[in-house]
Amino acid sequence: MNPTKTVLVLASVVVVLITAGMMYSLTSGAIPVFKEFGLRFIVSSEWNPTEGREDYGALPFIVGTVLTSVIAIILCFPLAFSTSLFIGEYYRGTRMASITGTMVDMLAGIPSIVYGLWGFYVLRPMIVAFGWSAQGFSIFTAGVVLAIMIIPYATSITTEIIKMVSNDLKEAAYSLGATRREVIFSVIIPNARSGIFTSYILAFGRALGETMAVTMLIGNSNIVPKGIFQSGNTMASVIANQFGEADGLKLSALVAIGLLLFVITGIINGIGKLIIKKYSV
Amino acid sequence: MALRIRNQRQDFPGLSRRLAKDRLFKGGVFFLSMVTISPIVLIIYKLVSNGYRQINFDFFSKKAPDTYEAMVAVGAGEIIPGGILNGITGTLFMVLIASVMAIPLGLLIGIFLYDQKTKRYAGLVRDLVDILQGVPSIVLGLIAYFWVVKTITHGFSALAGSTALAIMMLPLIIRSTEETLKMIPETIREAGYALGVPYHKIILRVLIPSGFSGLATGILLAISRVIGETAPLMLTALGSMEVNLNIAKPTSAVPLLIWEFYNDPNMVDLIWSSSLFLMMIVLLLNLLSKQLIAKRT
Repeated sequence: MNPTKTVLVLASVVVVLITAGMMYSLTSGAIPVFKEFGLRFIVSSEWNPTEGREDYGALPFIVGTVLTSVIAIILCFPLAFSTSLFIGEYYRGTRMASITGTMVDMLAGIPSIVYGLWGFYVLRPMIVAFGWSAQGFSIFTAGVVLAIMIIPYATSITTEIIKMVSNDLKEAAYSLGATRREVIFSVIIPNARSGIFTSYILAFGRALGETMAVTMLIGNSNIVPKGIFQSGNTMASVIANQFGEADGLKLSALVAIGLLLFVITGIINGIGKLIIKKYSV
Repeated sequence: MALRIRNQRQDFPGLSRRLAKDRLFKGGVFFLSMVTISPIVLIIYKLVSNGYRQINFDFFSKKAPDTYEAMVAVGAGEIIPGGILNGITGTLFMVLIASVMAIPLGLLIGIFLYDQKTKRYAGLVRDLVDILQGVPSIVLGLIAYFWVVKTITHGFSALAGSTALAIMMLPLIIRSTEETLKMIPETIREAGYALGVPYHKIILRVLIPSGFSGLATGILLAISRVIGETAPLMLTALGSMEVNLNIAKPTSAVPLLIWEFYNDPNMVDLIWSSSLFLMMIVLLLNLLSKQLIAKRT
């Protein structure tokens, strides 16, 4: 075999090794906690690191992760979808669209910790002023910031898909006397449906794993939240929060949460990729 | 003219209602789009208005103050002395090592995927790259903790931080390399083969030069994605009050310093200038890569 090709194949093996190594390290790190608590770890809402009475359950963090991400996607949808229509349909090809597109892209460039600071100093006082939460730390606060953070991911794919809808179809609808709104709802959206759906799935996957901004706004209480204006914790933020003083069983519990997060984001992204593959052929 | 329109509207029952709906929808789209872009304006405004006072020569040339120094300065109503030199050097240091690990490897794997487009094994590698790209950065921090902190450096270290960042950069570089190479006309490569050029020379003399701006864009974007990362570094590099250039020792980084300032009531004034600086770097890298794309087309 050609030596150059051998080098290329060897390089590609690194990807396989990294992924397999990740699975191995996370699984072996998580084994002690699963041995101790079994599958109860996933459904239990206890989190007690006191020595001798240690008890760990991931439910509060799973619930917190899902709630914040769902709030984020609900808030993100009308904003990101309107922006996609703005850039890809109403103002397509104009200077205004390119400026708007650049600004949305800039949102993706802001580091997570800066979103956290902004949420803490600007958004949190507003939540307090509305009287929704006494301290302003809540699932909802974290969800709002997450929504802003995932807007660029949702917008960019949707915009591309909307632009790809064939002009013939749109013109046919216009020639029948359809208004622009009717073209959007009866031609563009039905044709771009799977692509739009996928871009929100992928944005949802992003929201699941966000750490810093959420850690700074969610209040970090290790209980299942009773409402969206209560404080809580997510899987990513509990790892960031509790890692510093963790060893033994507690470290294993955090690694197990990392493993769950790895698997869940993997599944979500896999579904997204599958839909893309199915419809792009 | 006016009469004809009125007649038309009578011919199409409900037309004025449909037109009103159309206008309302357009207004809604416009309004929500403006709401979407408002956070970037608000965030930049907040960073600039709160942060510009702290940015001076010391900010780049002195290391972070201790909490007592900061408290005295705040008490006297002065700006906090010192800067973020340990963070800047730490970020540069770790991003440099991560780049050394991820760029050559990423380019090679990207070329591999381009070369073997249809092979089954290449398809598997491509799927694994997608999986890697979706892994939350905090999980990469855990991984680097086990692989480097626990086994190689036996303590928090710059190398561990760089490893986490490198695993983040890798899929981004691989994907952009493959996409870039796909756009190079196949005929150029075939011309090389026809002349009997060995494969490594086709890569070095044909593929990389003709895709250069695309490859550079991918690399710059990958760097800009990891430069603001905080979470994986908390688990690996930990942070340090000193300027550290030893790969086996704990190291600070700009985002880690922001986190420390945020947690210390005396130093809170420094978060805005540090964030402003970090964001400027990220935006500059993005702008630079956009410039490269513009040049290519």
